[in-house]
Amino acid sequence: MSMPNAFVHVDKVAKRWNGQLGVEDISLSIPRGSFVALLGPSGCGKSTTLRLLSGLELPDEGQITIDGKDVTLAAPSDRNLSMVFQSYALFPHLSVAENVVFGLKVRKVGAAERQEKLKRSLEITGLLGYEDRKPGELSGGQRQRVALARAIVANQPLCLMDEPLSNLDAKLRASVRKDIKKLQIDLGITVVYVTHDQTEAMSMADMVVLMKDGHIQQTGTPEELYYEPANTFVAEFVGAPPMALIDGKALPGFGDAETIGLRAENVHVADAGTGRLTCQVSECEFLGSETFIGLSHPAANGLTVSMPGLKHIPSGQDIEIAFADEDLHFFDTAGKRLARQGGARAI
Amino acid sequence: MADHVNLERRRQAIYGWLLLAPAGILLTTFAFYPSLSTFWSSLFSRGTRRRPSEFVGGENYADLFADPTFWKVVTNNLLYAGVTIPVSIAIALSMALWANSKIPARGFVRTAYFTPTVLPMIAAANLWLFFYTPGLGVLDQIGSLFGLPSVNWLGQPETALWAVIIVTIWKEAGFFMIFYLAALQTIPEDLKEAADIEGASRWTYTRRIVLPLLMPTTLFIMVNALINSVKLIDHLFILTKGGPNDASKLILYYIWEMAFAFFDAPHAAAMTIMVLVVLGVVAAIKFSYLDKRTHYQ
Repeated sequence: MSMPNAFVHVDKVAKRWNGQLGVEDISLSIPRGSFVALLGPSGCGKSTTLRLLSGLELPDEGQITIDGKDVTLAAPSDRNLSMVFQSYALFPHLSVAENVVFGLKVRKVGAAERQEKLKRSLEITGLLGYEDRKPGELSGGQRQRVALARAIVANQPLCLMDEPLSNLDAKLRASVRKDIKKLQIDLGITVVYVTHDQTEAMSMADMVVLMKDGHIQQTGTPEELYYEPANTFVAEFVGAPPMALIDGKALPGFGDAETIGLRAENVHVADAGTGRLTCQVSECEFLGSETFIGLSHPAANGLTVSMPGLKHIPSGQDIEIAFADEDLHFFDTAGKRLARQGGARAI
Repeated sequence: MADHVNLERRRQAIYGWLLLAPAGILLTTFAFYPSLSTFWSSLFSRGTRRRPSEFVGGENYADLFADPTFWKVVTNNLLYAGVTIPVSIAIALSMALWANSKIPARGFVRTAYFTPTVLPMIAAANLWLFFYTPGLGVLDQIGSLFGLPSVNWLGQPETALWAVIIVTIWKEAGFFMIFYLAALQTIPEDLKEAADIEGASRWTYTRRIVLPLLMPTTLFIMVNALINSVKLIDHLFILTKGGPNDASKLILYYIWEMAFAFFDAPHAAAMTIMVLVVLGVVAAIKFSYLDKRTHYQ
């Protein structure tokens, strides 16, 4: 966890409100130029973590360093970072250009340099020609790009983003996702990105930090979270459909594994009499290229099998399924991953 | 088919007029008709038993322009408006900014500021009468502790208007603060955070973000304060009765005096019309010019 050349380093940080839990024991090392996603359900503390990084909140415990400088208690403006807010936080009475250069003006950057940086950031975000519009005269996607332009105009090495896509419609979200990723690579900046949408986290991030109830559950690459979930929470959170969890007693022969995890793509329908589990079909979900068949079994939760094309199987029908041992994931009584056979697919 | 469409159209028209009717009737009875009738009576001379009232055109207006008291009253009112409006707005704004920040006993502070607004103007005037009374009043009592001579604040021409102005500011600032407080609460918290990230100081944030966003409220308050500076004269009856020597007489008080003390309704009507015209011009400026330069959310 402790990389010596980490750009952002968070060490055992905690933040509590009136004794209530905010976040606890947060430790993170973020390499320079990486894209880190803070992922988790609402109320898990991911936004709090981001605000602690930004300096909008100050931690009760622990230490934060950015670029080798201890900024634990520093003011937000002393941390050399920019931020994109969920609501974009654009100044409604200022034009696009004035919004973007607001920070430069505050920092007393000269007019010529300001103009040049403005032009460049509007060019990158595709907003040239909108300089004189007010935020109220722009569409949601354009406003989002103004917020991005404001974040990149000052060339800060670290950019924090708090659910920047949650106010966009699904189609726009997919395209802006690519734009943000491209922007991050082109500019070589470090991005810390808060989201509750695992698709965003998995598709954009080099490193995903999955949180729950104020604690980090797992930190790793998207592949690690998907193929080697550290516990049953991660297993059930990551992936669509999420990993099915089967009671260890229903599949004997795997020692002390309390819970056994299995992904839909590793399950296949077996001929009668040859399957390892007999389940009942509960529903069919047609997605175009494939159909997810939801299965119910008294000892399993979330069992799904994926079948190509359109399939319609009446619910209630018995179906037998099979799977290979090496595709199984094993968890102990506390829900922690047991580091042994299976699951550890070569990455 | 065409008949049906026509019927439907007529029905819609009747419906529209019915919706307009209550406001139309009330405004006509209590605003339009009285204004026009006032204007009409301002064109006639004052009728006496011997000389019945007759049409004199603009003569009443000419009389007023030649009346030194009228000019004194206009000057007084301009000074009164010119001081009470900006000062009470400035005080209201600073109180609101303070009462909106995270301070201890915030609820108490807000209530304390708002108390003068709850008092009727007459009660407030009586309170201040007690402050201003020479010898017995609180101001003189405090002054005498420091060996200052007794001052008759309300009784001398140099200070009477200023004493009245202070009462008005004290009364209005709390009222305007409530509007500012409400407006401040509509400014999203994350604008402050975005400014913090950029390193904007509290002052820069207030000047570049908060004040422009409060502009609609400021305009609203300015119009209200202007109307009040013409309308609010209750305290004159208690404090000075316009004296001494017309030093604290305001235009509405003079109109009242003209109509009900001197029984000169035509001149009072002429003055009323002039006040209406001035207020109308100011409202027109507000709605045409200033509105365009203000950002509404």
